[in-house]
Amino acid sequence: MKIVTICGAGIGSSGILKVNAERVLQRLGLEATVVAADIASVARVAADAQVILTSAEFVEAIGPTRADVVVIENYFDTEELTRKLEVAIG
Amino acid sequence: MTLPPLADRAIVLRARAADWREAVRIAGDALVDSGCATSEYTDAMIRMVEDHGPYIVIAPGLALAHARPGAAVRCDGLSVVTLAEPVEFGHAHNDPVRVVIGLAGVAPDAHLAAVAALANAFNDSAAIAAVADAPTRDAVRAILQRSERA
Repeated sequence: MKIVTICGAGIGSSGILKVNAERVLQRLGLEATVVAADIASVARVAADAQVILTSAEFVEAIGPTRADVVVIENYFDTEELTRKLEVAIG
Repeated sequence: MTLPPLADRAIVLRARAADWREAVRIAGDALVDSGCATSEYTDAMIRMVEDHGPYIVIAPGLALAHARPGAAVRCDGLSVVTLAEPVEFGHAHNDPVRVVIGLAGVAPDAHLAAVAALANAFNDSAAIAAVADAPTRDAVRAILQRSERA
Protein backbone atom coordinates (compact mmCIF):
# COMPACT_ATOMS: atom_id res chain seq x y z
CA MET A 1 0.00 0.00 0.00
CA LYS A 2 1.16 3.51 -0.76
CA ILE A 3 0.18 6.62 1.17
CA VAL A 4 1.15 10.09 -0.01
CA THR A 5 1.23 13.18 2.22
CA ILE A 6 0.82 16.48 0.39
CA CYS A 7 1.72 20.06 1.30
CA GLY A 8 2.91 23.17 -0.51
CA ALA A 9 6.63 22.51 -0.34
CA GLY A 10 6.62 18.73 0.17
CA ILE A 11 8.98 18.87 3.12
CA GLY A 12 7.57 20.62 6.18
CA SER A 13 4.01 19.83 7.11
CA SER A 14 3.85 16.84 4.76
CA GLY A 15 6.96 15.60 6.55
CA ILE A 16 5.19 15.79 9.91
CA LEU A 17 2.27 13.86 8.43
CA LYS A 18 4.61 11.24 6.96
CA VAL A 19 6.41 10.69 10.26
CA ASN A 20 3.17 10.43 12.23
CA ALA A 21 1.42 8.25 9.62
CA GLU A 22 4.35 5.82 9.77
CA ARG A 23 4.04 5.69 13.55
CA VAL A 24 0.30 5.04 13.37
CA LEU A 25 0.68 2.35 10.70
CA GLN A 26 3.32 0.60 12.77
CA ARG A 27 1.01 0.67 15.79
CA LEU A 28 -1.82 -0.74 13.68
CA GLY A 29 0.50 -3.41 12.32
CA LEU A 30 0.00 -2.24 8.71
CA GLU A 31 2.62 -2.24 5.99
CA ALA A 32 2.70 0.83 3.78
CA THR A 33 5.10 3.14 2.04
CA VAL A 34 4.53 6.76 3.01
CA VAL A 35 5.87 9.44 0.69
CA ALA A 36 5.87 13.21 1.32
CA ALA A 37 5.41 15.32 -1.79
CA ASP A 38 4.49 18.83 -2.87
CA ILE A 39 1.21 19.73 -4.47
CA ALA A 40 2.89 20.33 -7.85
CA SER A 41 3.93 16.67 -8.10
CA VAL A 42 0.77 15.07 -6.71
CA ALA A 43 -0.44 13.68 -10.06
CA ARG A 44 2.83 11.82 -10.62
CA VAL A 45 3.62 10.75 -7.03
CA ALA A 46 0.08 9.75 -6.08
CA ALA A 47 -0.83 7.94 -9.32
CA ASP A 48 -0.49 4.55 -7.59
CA ALA A 49 -1.45 5.65 -4.06
CA GLN A 50 -4.40 4.31 -2.06
CA VAL A 51 -4.56 7.22 0.35
CA ILE A 52 -3.60 10.90 0.19
CA LEU A 53 -3.23 12.71 3.52
CA THR A 54 -3.38 16.50 3.36
CA SER A 55 -4.94 19.76 4.59
CA ALA A 56 -8.31 21.11 3.44
CA GLU A 57 -6.47 23.81 1.43
CA PHE A 58 -5.12 21.24 -1.05
CA VAL A 59 -8.19 19.11 -1.74
CA GLU A 60 -9.31 21.12 -4.75
CA ALA A 61 -5.81 21.33 -6.22
CA ILE A 62 -5.34 17.55 -5.88
CA GLY A 63 -8.25 17.12 -8.27
CA PRO A 64 -9.70 13.84 -9.49
CA THR A 65 -7.85 10.81 -8.14
CA ARG A 66 -8.51 7.15 -7.40
CA ALA A 67 -6.97 7.56 -3.96
CA ASP A 68 -8.99 8.36 -0.84
CA VAL A 69 -8.23 11.98 0.00
CA VAL A 70 -8.17 12.31 3.79
CA VAL A 71 -8.08 15.77 5.41
CA ILE A 72 -6.15 16.00 8.67
CA GLU A 73 -6.85 18.95 10.97
CA ASN A 74 -4.32 18.45 13.75
CA TYR A 75 -1.09 16.98 12.38
CA PHE A 76 0.18 16.15 15.86
CA ASP A 77 -2.95 14.27 16.94
CA THR A 78 -2.10 10.64 16.27
CA GLU A 79 -5.58 9.61 17.46
CA GLU A 80 -7.20 11.65 14.69
CA LEU A 81 -4.74 10.14 12.23
CA THR A 82 -5.41 6.62 13.48
CA ARG A 83 -9.18 7.05 13.27
CA LYS A 84 -9.11 8.50 9.74
CA LEU A 85 -6.52 6.04 8.43
CA GLU A 86 -8.53 3.10 9.75
CA VAL A 87 -11.62 4.34 7.88
CA ALA A 88 -9.68 5.02 4.67
CA ILE A 89 -7.89 1.69 4.68
CA GLY A 90 -11.01 -0.16 5.83
CA MET B 1 16.60 12.27 15.54
CA THR B 2 17.81 15.62 16.76
CA LEU B 3 16.66 19.15 16.19
CA PRO B 4 19.06 21.77 14.90
CA PRO B 5 20.53 23.67 17.87
CA LEU B 6 18.38 26.58 19.03
CA ALA B 7 20.57 29.64 19.48
CA ASP B 8 19.32 32.54 21.57
CA ARG B 9 18.74 34.50 18.37
CA ALA B 10 16.50 31.74 17.04
CA ILE B 11 14.04 32.07 19.93
CA VAL B 12 11.82 35.15 20.17
CA LEU B 13 9.51 35.30 23.17
CA ARG B 14 6.25 37.27 23.46
CA ALA B 15 6.66 38.94 20.08
CA ARG B 16 4.01 41.37 18.88
CA ALA B 17 2.66 40.75 15.39
CA ALA B 18 -0.20 42.69 13.83
CA ASP B 19 -1.07 39.89 11.39
CA TRP B 20 0.07 36.50 10.10
CA ARG B 21 2.55 37.99 7.65
CA GLU B 22 4.32 39.79 10.45
CA ALA B 23 4.29 36.65 12.60
CA VAL B 24 5.89 34.60 9.80
CA ARG B 25 8.35 37.42 9.14
CA ILE B 26 9.51 37.39 12.77
CA ALA B 27 10.15 33.64 12.50
CA GLY B 28 12.03 34.26 9.23
CA ASP B 29 14.06 37.11 10.73
CA ALA B 30 15.09 34.77 13.56
CA LEU B 31 16.36 32.26 10.97
CA VAL B 32 18.26 35.11 9.25
CA ASP B 33 19.67 36.35 12.58
CA SER B 34 20.89 32.86 13.44
CA GLY B 35 22.69 32.67 10.09
CA CYS B 36 20.61 29.90 8.53
CA ALA B 37 18.73 31.74 5.81
CA THR B 38 18.56 34.97 3.85
CA SER B 39 15.58 37.29 3.81
CA GLU B 40 14.51 35.74 0.49
CA TYR B 41 13.64 32.62 2.48
CA THR B 42 11.30 34.66 4.66
CA ASP B 43 9.63 36.00 1.52
CA ALA B 44 9.29 32.43 0.23
CA MET B 45 7.66 31.29 3.50
CA ILE B 46 5.09 34.08 3.21
CA ARG B 47 4.49 33.24 -0.45
CA MET B 48 3.68 29.62 0.49
CA VAL B 49 0.69 30.87 2.49
CA GLU B 50 -0.32 33.41 -0.15
CA ASP B 51 -0.26 30.65 -2.78
CA HIS B 52 -1.79 27.78 -0.83
CA GLY B 53 -3.66 29.24 2.14
CA PRO B 54 -3.15 28.88 5.88
CA TYR B 55 -2.33 25.15 5.79
CA ILE B 56 0.89 25.79 7.74
CA VAL B 57 -1.29 26.06 10.85
CA ILE B 58 -0.94 22.32 11.34
CA ALA B 59 -2.26 22.07 14.90
CA PRO B 60 -4.32 24.24 17.25
CA GLY B 61 -2.23 27.33 17.99
CA LEU B 62 0.84 26.33 15.97
CA ALA B 63 2.09 27.44 12.54
CA LEU B 64 5.00 25.64 10.87
CA ALA B 65 6.45 28.27 8.54
CA HIS B 66 8.74 26.87 5.87
CA ALA B 67 9.60 26.93 2.19
CA ARG B 68 11.61 24.73 -0.14
CA PRO B 69 15.33 24.11 0.26
CA GLY B 70 17.33 26.35 -2.07
CA ALA B 71 19.91 29.11 -2.39
CA ALA B 72 18.23 31.15 0.37
CA VAL B 73 19.03 28.44 2.95
CA ARG B 74 22.54 28.40 4.45
CA CYS B 75 22.17 25.73 7.10
CA ASP B 76 19.56 23.49 8.69
CA GLY B 77 17.81 25.68 11.16
CA LEU B 78 14.83 26.18 13.36
CA SER B 79 13.34 29.24 14.99
CA VAL B 80 10.65 29.50 17.62
CA VAL B 81 8.44 32.56 18.07
CA THR B 82 5.84 32.94 20.78
CA LEU B 83 3.24 35.65 20.30
CA ALA B 84 2.19 38.06 23.04
CA GLU B 85 -1.24 38.26 21.40
CA PRO B 86 -2.57 35.33 19.35
CA VAL B 87 -2.80 35.96 15.58
CA GLU B 88 -5.45 34.76 13.12
CA PHE B 89 -4.11 32.98 10.03
CA GLY B 90 -7.55 32.25 8.62
CA HIS B 91 -7.44 28.51 9.38
CA ALA B 92 -10.80 26.78 9.76
CA HIS B 93 -9.87 24.77 12.86
CA ASN B 94 -6.52 25.72 14.32
CA ASP B 95 -6.68 29.51 14.79
CA PRO B 96 -5.56 31.58 16.61
CA VAL B 97 -1.82 30.98 16.45
CA ARG B 98 0.33 31.44 19.54
CA VAL B 99 3.52 29.70 18.38
CA VAL B 100 5.27 30.04 15.01
CA ILE B 101 8.05 27.59 14.19
CA GLY B 102 10.37 28.61 11.34
CA LEU B 103 12.03 25.72 9.55
CA ALA B 104 14.88 25.90 7.05
CA GLY B 105 16.59 22.89 5.52
CA VAL B 106 19.47 22.65 3.05
CA ALA B 107 18.22 19.32 1.68
CA PRO B 108 14.86 17.53 1.95
CA ASP B 109 16.23 14.61 3.99
CA ALA B 110 17.69 16.92 6.63
CA HIS B 111 14.31 18.62 6.78
CA LEU B 112 12.68 15.28 7.44
CA ALA B 113 14.97 14.50 10.39
CA ALA B 114 14.08 17.87 11.89
CA VAL B 115 10.34 17.42 11.36
CA ALA B 116 10.51 13.96 12.92
CA ALA B 117 12.07 15.50 16.01
CA LEU B 118 9.42 18.23 16.02
CA ALA B 119 6.72 15.59 15.82
CA ASN B 120 8.24 13.85 18.83
CA ALA B 121 8.00 17.04 20.86
CA PHE B 122 4.58 18.21 19.72
CA ASN B 123 2.76 14.88 19.63
CA ASP B 124 2.46 15.63 23.34
CA SER B 125 -0.77 17.64 23.22
CA ALA B 126 0.36 19.91 26.08
CA ALA B 127 3.55 21.00 24.32
CA ILE B 128 2.13 23.86 22.21
CA ALA B 129 0.62 25.63 25.21
CA ALA B 130 3.78 24.97 27.19
CA VAL B 131 5.92 26.64 24.50
CA ALA B 132 3.44 29.50 24.13
CA ASP B 133 3.66 30.19 27.87
CA ALA B 134 7.40 29.50 28.24
CA PRO B 135 8.96 32.23 30.39
CA THR B 136 12.54 31.75 29.15
CA ARG B 137 14.46 30.47 26.13
CA ASP B 138 15.75 27.58 28.20
CA ALA B 139 12.18 26.58 28.98
CA VAL B 140 11.48 26.44 25.23
CA ARG B 141 14.60 24.34 24.65
CA ALA B 142 13.61 21.96 27.43
CA ILE B 143 10.18 21.32 25.85
CA LEU B 144 11.59 20.79 22.36
CA GLN B 145 14.39 18.59 23.57
CA ARG B 146 11.88 16.14 24.93
CA SER B 147 11.92 15.03 21.31
CA GLU B 148 15.44 13.72 21.70
CA ARG B 149 14.53 11.31 24.45
CA ALA B 150 11.73 9.73 22.45
